[in-house]
Amino acid sequence: MDYSIYAEGLRKRYGDKVALDGLDLAVAPGTVLGLLGPNGAGKTTSVRILATLLRFDSGTARVAGLDVRSNARQVRQRIGLTGQSMAVDDVLTARENLVMFGKLFHIGKSAARQRADELLAQFGLTDVAGKPPQTFSGGMRRRLDLAASMILAPQVLFLDEPTTGLDPRGRMEVWDAVRSLTAQGTTVLLTTHYLDEADQLSDRIVVIDHGRAIADDTPAGVKRAIGGDRVEVVALRPDDVDAIASVVARVGEPVVEELRVHAAVTDRVGSLTTVARDLQEKGLDVEDIGVRRPTLDEAFLKLTEKVTV
Amino acid sequence: MSQMRWALSDYQTIVQQELTHLVRQPSLIAWQLGSPIVMVLLFVFVFGSAMDIGGGADFTSFAMPGMFAMTMAFGFMNTAMSVAIYKEKGFIDRFRSMPMAPSAVVTGRGVSDLIHAALDLVVLALIALAIGWRSDGGLAATLFAFGLLLWLRFALIWIGVWIGLKVKNQEAAGNLFALAFPFGMISSVFTPPSLMPDWLGAIAMWNPVSSTANAVRELFGNPVPLGGSWIEQNAMLMAVTWPALITLVFLPLAVRKYQSLGR
Repeated sequence: MDYSIYAEGLRKRYGDKVALDGLDLAVAPGTVLGLLGPNGAGKTTSVRILATLLRFDSGTARVAGLDVRSNARQVRQRIGLTGQSMAVDDVLTARENLVMFGKLFHIGKSAARQRADELLAQFGLTDVAGKPPQTFSGGMRRRLDLAASMILAPQVLFLDEPTTGLDPRGRMEVWDAVRSLTAQGTTVLLTTHYLDEADQLSDRIVVIDHGRAIADDTPAGVKRAIGGDRVEVVALRPDDVDAIASVVARVGEPVVEELRVHAAVTDRVGSLTTVARDLQEKGLDVEDIGVRRPTLDEAFLKLTEKVTV
Repeated sequence: MSQMRWALSDYQTIVQQELTHLVRQPSLIAWQLGSPIVMVLLFVFVFGSAMDIGGGADFTSFAMPGMFAMTMAFGFMNTAMSVAIYKEKGFIDRFRSMPMAPSAVVTGRGVSDLIHAALDLVVLALIALAIGWRSDGGLAATLFAFGLLLWLRFALIWIGVWIGLKVKNQEAAGNLFALAFPFGMISSVFTPPSLMPDWLGAIAMWNPVSSTANAVRELFGNPVPLGGSWIEQNAMLMAVTWPALITLVFLPLAVRKYQSLGR
């Protein structure tokens, strides 16, 4: 298959520090790859290399079928980049920003204006087209930023932590915007340190740590590997723990840790409702009850354990 | 489209962006000229009566060209600050990921800084005229003098770009004032170096800002506090040479720093 993004054995070191230690990536056309990892895992370095911003020491990197090293200029015609900081001009209006980037892509003045209006409409910014981004919410700024990287309708879009620092509403807005892009067939490489974001948006997730891929799977597969959701009940009294465990056993294999009883589940809402109802019927008061997702830290622990074992 | 035209179109777009900033935020000019204007008022009206530069020369006529030169000298901070903000906000990354002429970011910056500096000089010259400064050098010499001032500013653009790319963030760029202040002041801007302690006077004399200040004083027909040293006798030559030397050193450094962003 001809991949839209293909990396093999990418290595990059800064002095003594190894940023990428033989990273492999392959993203099929029109799909979204979520690159998940903690800070310093090599996410941004990978994006910067693939977006022609950074040289690498060894390995192969191809974007849109072109070698990133020898065809950087042609690659730049085919990619869009949305970096961690929002690179929009706060003094120019939203529309002027897009026209400026259009001109820098050399699509011609009138085409730049027309494209700006299309993108403003597509990203729901038509009403604020004449306002400078400094008056925008975080989500609106990020949407404008995304629009700026979509001027040439690129084949490949790099999104480096697009929702970091946004409030929940802003995150939703950006997720919707990304979904509308992928619906049009753009290939996306998305970096994030939120498991739910990678889960929501990606067709495939690569988990990286210390510059290497430690998992490469579908979102469901990754969640399975790291244990997925767990129903968790915290008992009020030590005497109740056994009774609670027998209730929890109806939805999954219970694990008891002092006052906590938890079990892996697949149906979040259904299992929570079942457990809550049964506890109430038996008259068992509890300290806390809920469905917990493993945090990214726990996920990493689990995945790195697998690698070393 | 040829590469040259491609690049020119990029320069134009970047310069246009910067000029829109100036038009939308005229207060930017006011803020940046704030410190030289306050200094003029302080030196001319507060200390002026106590300032004797020797030979019975008028202090205002002496100080104004110095202030023009000092404003140009401080200008490198504006360049450094804008470049640092550009870098911090991810503009430079976005530009580098686009099929733009690689030189456009830096060159566009330089052109718009020169336009900005020219506007600064117009405002300062008007204030100077209002408080009694005159040029007696004739039109050609006066224009040449302003040309020399911009030549100094041009050279300092490259120091500004280099520093702007080097510093971590815009706060660090803001701290440059501690560096710029002595660079502007230990010079012939407000006092003749011959009146300073010998060692300090020597530094002040060889400060490129002094050469430019003295050269434009000569061209404006304003009093020049000349000692007998070679550097002071050849102010005109050095007002041309210093900026050329600075450009020769810092332009390649700035370009190299920009290219090394990809390493």
